[in-house]
Amino acid sequence: MSLDPSRQLELFTRMLRIRRFEESLIADYPIGHMSIGHEGAVAGACMALRDDDYVTGTHRSHGHPIGKGAELAPLMAELYGKRTGICKGLGGSMHLTDTKMGLICESAIVGGGIPLATGAGLSIQVRGTDQVALCFFGDGAVNEGTFHESINMASIWKLPVIYFCENNGYAVTTTVAKSHGQPDVARRGDGYGVPGVIVDGQNAEAVYEATNEAVQRARSGGGPTLIEAKTYRFDEHSNRLPIPFAYRSEEEVAFHRNERDPVTLYRNVLASRGQESGLAAIEAAVAAAISDAVQFAKDSPEPEVQDMLDSMYSNPVNFPVQHEGI
Amino acid sequence: MRNSTQKLSYLEAIVAAMREEMRRDERVILMGEDIAVYGAQGLCEEFAGPRIRNTPISEASFTGVGVGAALTGLRPIVDLTIASFAYLASDQIINQAAKLRFMTGGQLKVPLVVRASTYYNNRTAAQHADRPYPLFMNTPGLKVLAPATATDAKGLLKSAIRDDDPVVFFEDITLWAKKEDVPADEDFLIPIGKADIKRSGADVTIVSIAGCLPHALAAAETLAKEGVDAEVIDLRTIVPMDRETILTSVAKTGRLVIADNSHKVGSVASEIAAVVAEEGFESLRKPIQRVATPSIQIPYNAKLEKLLYPTKDKIVAAVRAIL
Repeated sequence: MSLDPSRQLELFTRMLRIRRFEESLIADYPIGHMSIGHEGAVAGACMALRDDDYVTGTHRSHGHPIGKGAELAPLMAELYGKRTGICKGLGGSMHLTDTKMGLICESAIVGGGIPLATGAGLSIQVRGTDQVALCFFGDGAVNEGTFHESINMASIWKLPVIYFCENNGYAVTTTVAKSHGQPDVARRGDGYGVPGVIVDGQNAEAVYEATNEAVQRARSGGGPTLIEAKTYRFDEHSNRLPIPFAYRSEEEVAFHRNERDPVTLYRNVLASRGQESGLAAIEAAVAAAISDAVQFAKDSPEPEVQDMLDSMYSNPVNFPVQHEGI
Repeated sequence: MRNSTQKLSYLEAIVAAMREEMRRDERVILMGEDIAVYGAQGLCEEFAGPRIRNTPISEASFTGVGVGAALTGLRPIVDLTIASFAYLASDQIINQAAKLRFMTGGQLKVPLVVRASTYYNNRTAAQHADRPYPLFMNTPGLKVLAPATATDAKGLLKSAIRDDDPVVFFEDITLWAKKEDVPADEDFLIPIGKADIKRSGADVTIVSIAGCLPHALAAAETLAKEGVDAEVIDLRTIVPMDRETILTSVAKTGRLVIADNSHKVGSVASEIAAVVAEEGFESLRKPIQRVATPSIQIPYNAKLEKLLYPTKDKIVAAVRAIL
């Protein structure tokens, strides 16, 4: 099933919001792991989901809530460490979790979110709804035990889970070629009886279509799917982790930036379909939304000690301990 | 059923708690390895279907599956079977279950219970016999329970299942077979965070953790014959700790012995000793005594293994040393 024209523009909007959100950070508040280059994979996958479907993500967490349709200002305020942030300034760049949009975890422990999405799938099955859970993870996480254990459980129990690998070719600096005995991540599904699909992560509509097929299978009781979106990270692993040697060539990075930019590629597709005026309006609206989000973040207050205390327990008992000094 | 009791073993009381809560609330599910065989007698038949998950041997992930289910509307009980296996699941317990509410600024709740039996003093050697309360005591965000009687096991497990925070529930296998009259009322609960004075006394406070309780009570009987009146406090909840009950008792007795079967360094006993040293120092007439397991791995040989854990005689000796 392909997207209708208005949904195509929505997909482009979400991709552009991720891009401009992070460009703003790089310019004004350089923190975190950037998703620039991954927009087609992230937003393409999210467009196949409903608002009430669950998502888990990773340390590279900015794109997932934006791709799922979250409001920008609380996300930006979170990165600025403010009380109005989506996590009250307690979570930060690696944990941008907006539960209103179905996000239940952005895990900075590689592979840590995979069992959680699997558990959301189990919960859906027990409660008997037609939701699905989609789990974003990177190529590095495929070598964590939780990937294998979780996809096996989803297979035996036919859970409605989409395992979505953003394969950008590098776990920090280590290449897939040097760390995977089977470099096609999608083929790892064979070992667990789970269909594996490879899709061009820089082609947002192709990602949508592959994910949509997996979502339909999951909603109809057909069980999990493993999707490998081949994508590319344009920036370094993290703004806070200087890497002192060249693990990838400048030519390689330039090729992806110039020839394989998912935002540019999709813009060209939509322009060729006669959507130019819609695109210009989106570009103006996204620029304004980012500017508003930054202003909101800058104007917002810092969190207070009480915000920390309130976030520790749902049912606090003998807490806080006065003698511990806060 | 109000005011009536049933004669149940500690393990039967745990199963009764799960059965009652699964009947009461369809969001409660049970997961674990070979649960049809271990620690869930009759539940697999009564609740056969999606709410019972006999899992592959994948401790890290099925614990995480429990966390994910807890985040999305269920109240899972994850049975890790043996507490030494909790290390495999520790990332999901410590990095996910304990932190997700905080990391999301309170957006999420994690109503998860992790059952873990301390499988010691029965010749299972070093990789099955751990009593790892201190590891989880040092993790903010968790509640950590260690009941020592059938009544407390039932009432605390029911409270844990109804609680909206992640709870690690340690069950002590040296107590599994001990029977007593347990309240049959389906709303009988033991509150989390309340220690229990199992024997009141005036001369010395003995704080007991988990399976040390029978030894502490036996020690008190021996001491009574010598004219020493010991108060025995069963901690029951390790986190959040009931400091008040301990400090009030020490204020009365002026002497403190703590019996804890975990390894002595950084033990629950260490924490209690620190709390009393910081907040109750003026009450103390003599130094605090910790009776705990030395920092030696658990051996297979039964004679050697029994030397390591707190016993009645060690507790009596510790009390005598501070009279």
